[in-house]
Amino acid sequence: MQSQQAFRIETRAWLEQNCPKSMRTSMVQEEVVWGGRNAEFANPDSEIWLQRMAEKGWTCPTWPSEYGGGGLDKDQTIVLGEELARINARPALTSFGISMLGPVLLEYGNHQQKQEHIPKIVRGEIRWCQGYSEPGSGSDLASLSTKAELQGDNYLINGSKVWTSYADKADWIFCLVRTDFDVPKHSGISFILFDMTSVGISTKPIQLISGSSPFCETFFDDVKAPASNLVGRLNEGWTIAKRLLQHERTMISGFGLSAGQSDNGGTTSTISSLEGTAMHYRGDSKKLSDPVLRDQIARFKIDADAFAHTSKRSIEESKQGQGPNATSSMLKNYGCELNKRRYELMLQAIGSQGLGWEGEGFNDEELQLTREWLRSKANSIEGGTSEVQLNIIAKRVLGLPDILSLAQK
Amino acid sequence: MALVLSEEQQLLKDSAKNFCEQNAPVSVLRGLRDSKDEQGYDQGIWSQMIELGWAGMAIPEAYGGFDFGYGGLGVVLEETGKTLVSSPLIPTVLVGATAIAQLGNEAQKQVLLPKIVAGELLTALALDEHTSHNPSKIATTATKVDGGYSLNGSKTFVLDGHIANMLIVVARTSGETDSEQGISLFLVDANAEGLNIARTIMVDSRNSSNIQFKNVVVAEDALLGEKDQGFNGLDSVLDIARIGIAAEMLGSMQAVFESILEFLKQREQFGVLIGSFQGLQHRAAEMYSEIELCKSAVRAALAGLDEPDTTQAEIAVLASMTKAKLSEVFFLVSNEGIQMHGGIGMTDEFDIGFFIKRARVAQQFLGDSSFHRDRYATLNGF
Repeated sequence: MQSQQAFRIETRAWLEQNCPKSMRTSMVQEEVVWGGRNAEFANPDSEIWLQRMAEKGWTCPTWPSEYGGGGLDKDQTIVLGEELARINARPALTSFGISMLGPVLLEYGNHQQKQEHIPKIVRGEIRWCQGYSEPGSGSDLASLSTKAELQGDNYLINGSKVWTSYADKADWIFCLVRTDFDVPKHSGISFILFDMTSVGISTKPIQLISGSSPFCETFFDDVKAPASNLVGRLNEGWTIAKRLLQHERTMISGFGLSAGQSDNGGTTSTISSLEGTAMHYRGDSKKLSDPVLRDQIARFKIDADAFAHTSKRSIEESKQGQGPNATSSMLKNYGCELNKRRYELMLQAIGSQGLGWEGEGFNDEELQLTREWLRSKANSIEGGTSEVQLNIIAKRVLGLPDILSLAQK
Repeated sequence: MALVLSEEQQLLKDSAKNFCEQNAPVSVLRGLRDSKDEQGYDQGIWSQMIELGWAGMAIPEAYGGFDFGYGGLGVVLEETGKTLVSSPLIPTVLVGATAIAQLGNEAQKQVLLPKIVAGELLTALALDEHTSHNPSKIATTATKVDGGYSLNGSKTFVLDGHIANMLIVVARTSGETDSEQGISLFLVDANAEGLNIARTIMVDSRNSSNIQFKNVVVAEDALLGEKDQGFNGLDSVLDIARIGIAAEMLGSMQAVFESILEFLKQREQFGVLIGSFQGLQHRAAEMYSEIELCKSAVRAALAGLDEPDTTQAEIAVLASMTKAKLSEVFFLVSNEGIQMHGGIGMTDEFDIGFFIKRARVAQQFLGDSSFHRDRYATLNGF
C-alpha cells in the first residue's frame, strides 16, 4: 500500500512537470498521434509528450521494460491511468502496434522478434496495419486465400486484403497468409510480418457511405518476406489470429465506453452531451420537451452507465498478465450497438440540421455528425460482426452446442 | 468503488446460496401458496435466517447488528432471489431497519433495531396509495391532536402489512396532496385502534395488504424523522430499498437464465439439441449480456451505498439506473423463460411460472422502469 501511494505521488509530480499544457485537453481528431516513419504532429507539443512518455515506457505501461515497456504491475497501471485521467491527459500514442500486435507478439513472438519490433512500437517509430479480411473472407475469416510459399530464405506472397486501415500510411503489416492449401482451413494459416515498402505491394483507398475513409484495398504481387518474420509456428497462425482479435474487440468496445462518457469527450465529435444537444436544438431550458426522445435518451444513458460499470468490472476481474477473454465478445458487441444507438439519438436530437452533407447552411460539427452517424454503422461489422460475437458468446461462454462445427472442419 | 466481491462477501454469498438451495427451494413457496398459509412465510426458515445473522446484516454494531454493509445484505438478497424465498427480509430488514437506522432518533434506534436483529419485530412500510408508485403523492393525513397525531386515509401494496408488528406510515402533516413538502413518517403499532388491515393475495404468492386508517391516534414520539420534512429522508431510504430489491431481481433472473440454458442443452427437436439453433443462441447470448450489465449495475450501486463519500444525489442516480435496468431485463428474461421452455414453461408444475409472477411484482415495487427513467432524466437535468 505504502509503495503504491509513493508511486502515485511520484507519478503525479512527473506528469505535472512533463505533460505539456495543451496535452491536458480533450483529444481532437486531427491531432491524434499515430507515429511511424512519416509521423505527423499537428500540435508540436504532442511530439514532446510522446518522447517523454515513450522514454518511461508509459505508452505501453504493462509491457516488460526489457523491451522498452513501462514494466508496471496491475496496481501501478491503474494508478497511472487515474493520474492521467485526473489531468485529462491525451493519449501520447495511438497505434495498432499497441492495441493489437504488441500483446500477441509478446505472447507468441521469439526473443529476436520482440527485440526488433516491441521497442519501436513503444516509441511510435513504426506504424502497423492489419492484413486480415479478404474480398472472399469476411465473417468466415479462416477461409482466407492469400498465399505464402517458401522460396529459399523468403516467403513469396500473392493475393489481396481488404479493409486494411491506414495501409497507405503504415510502415509494416501483420498479415494472415495461407501456407497450406491441403488441410482443413484453420490448420493452414500462418502469421507473418513484413515491410510495406517491399516491392510488389500496392494500396487503394476505399470510399465509404460516410465519405473518405482510412480503409484500403491492399494487393500483394510476388512480395518477398524473410522466413524469420513468421510469428509462432508454421501453419499455427490461427491461434495467434484469434488472440489478436480478442485484443481488437477490447479496443473497439471502447467506442461504447466513450458513448457513456458523452459529457467529457472521448469521441471525436465536439458535439458532446446527447440531452444537452436535444434541449439546445429545441430551445428547452429545464426539461426536454419531447417526452419520447427524453425516455429514449434516459434508456440509452442508463445502458451506457451499466456498460461502463461492466467494462470496469471486467478489468477488475481479469488478473494481472491475463489478457481479454471470451467476455471481450460481449463487450465488443454491446459497446458497438450502444455507439450506433448514440448516433441515431444524436441525429434525432439535431433534426434536419443533422442531415447536411456539405456546404452552406450547416456548421462543421453538424456536418461531422452526419458523417460519424454513417460511419458508426460499421461498428457492428468491423472486428467481427455482432452476429459473429453472439455466436462466440453462445459457444464459448454459454457452452451451447455448435451447429457450425461441421462446416468449419 | 469495488465492482468485484470481497473475500468476506464471497464467503457470505456461498453460504447463503447453500442455505437457500438446501432449506428454502422454490418448492417452499409453492407449498405456502398451495396450503394458503396464513403467515405467508415459513417461520422455521425465517428463524434459521435470523440465526445466520441475516436480519442484522446492514445494521451497525452499536445497535446489535453485524455491520456487514449493504454489500453484504445485497449478496444475501441475490441468493434468496434465486429460489424466491418468501420472508420478512425485504419489508423488515431491507426497508424497515434502514428507515429506522437512517431517520430514527437515538431512542428509537436503541429500542427497535436490536429487536429486528433478534427477529422480535416485523415492520411494513405503508407508502403507496395509488396503482403506481408515486412517493410524494400522499393524501393520508396526520393531524395534530392532544398529545400526538391522528391518522386518516388508506394505503395499498403494503408488503407484509398483515403480519407486521409495526407499520411505518407515510402521511401528510401539511401541504398539497402531491407536494414533497409536508410529508412525515410515523411508527404505528399494528394493533392500534382504528386500523383495518386486509391481506391481498398477490400473483407472486408473497404477502401484501390494503390498510385503512380511521382516526388512528399515535403519541408525539411516534414521529420518525422530522415533521413536514420527511420526504428527503424517505426518498433516501427508498433508494436503498430499490437497490436491494434490484439485487433480489438479479438473483431471480440468473436462476431463470440457468434454467433456460439447461433446457437448451437437453431438449431435442428435429433430431438435434435445440440449443444448436442460431435463432435461440443469439437470444440467449443477448440475455447473457444484459444480465452481465445488471450484475455490474447492482454491484456498483451496492458499493456506492457502502462508500462513505457517496452523496445522496449520486445514490439516487445509481438507484434509478439500477432499478430501471433490472426491471427491464427481468421483464425480458422472465418472458423468454416461458417462451424458450415452450409448452412446459406454461405448466404450473414447472417452476418458471413463479419467476414471471415474481418479476412483475418486483418490477412495480418502488417504481417501475418508466418511473425510474423519468426520475433518472430529472436527476440528470433533462
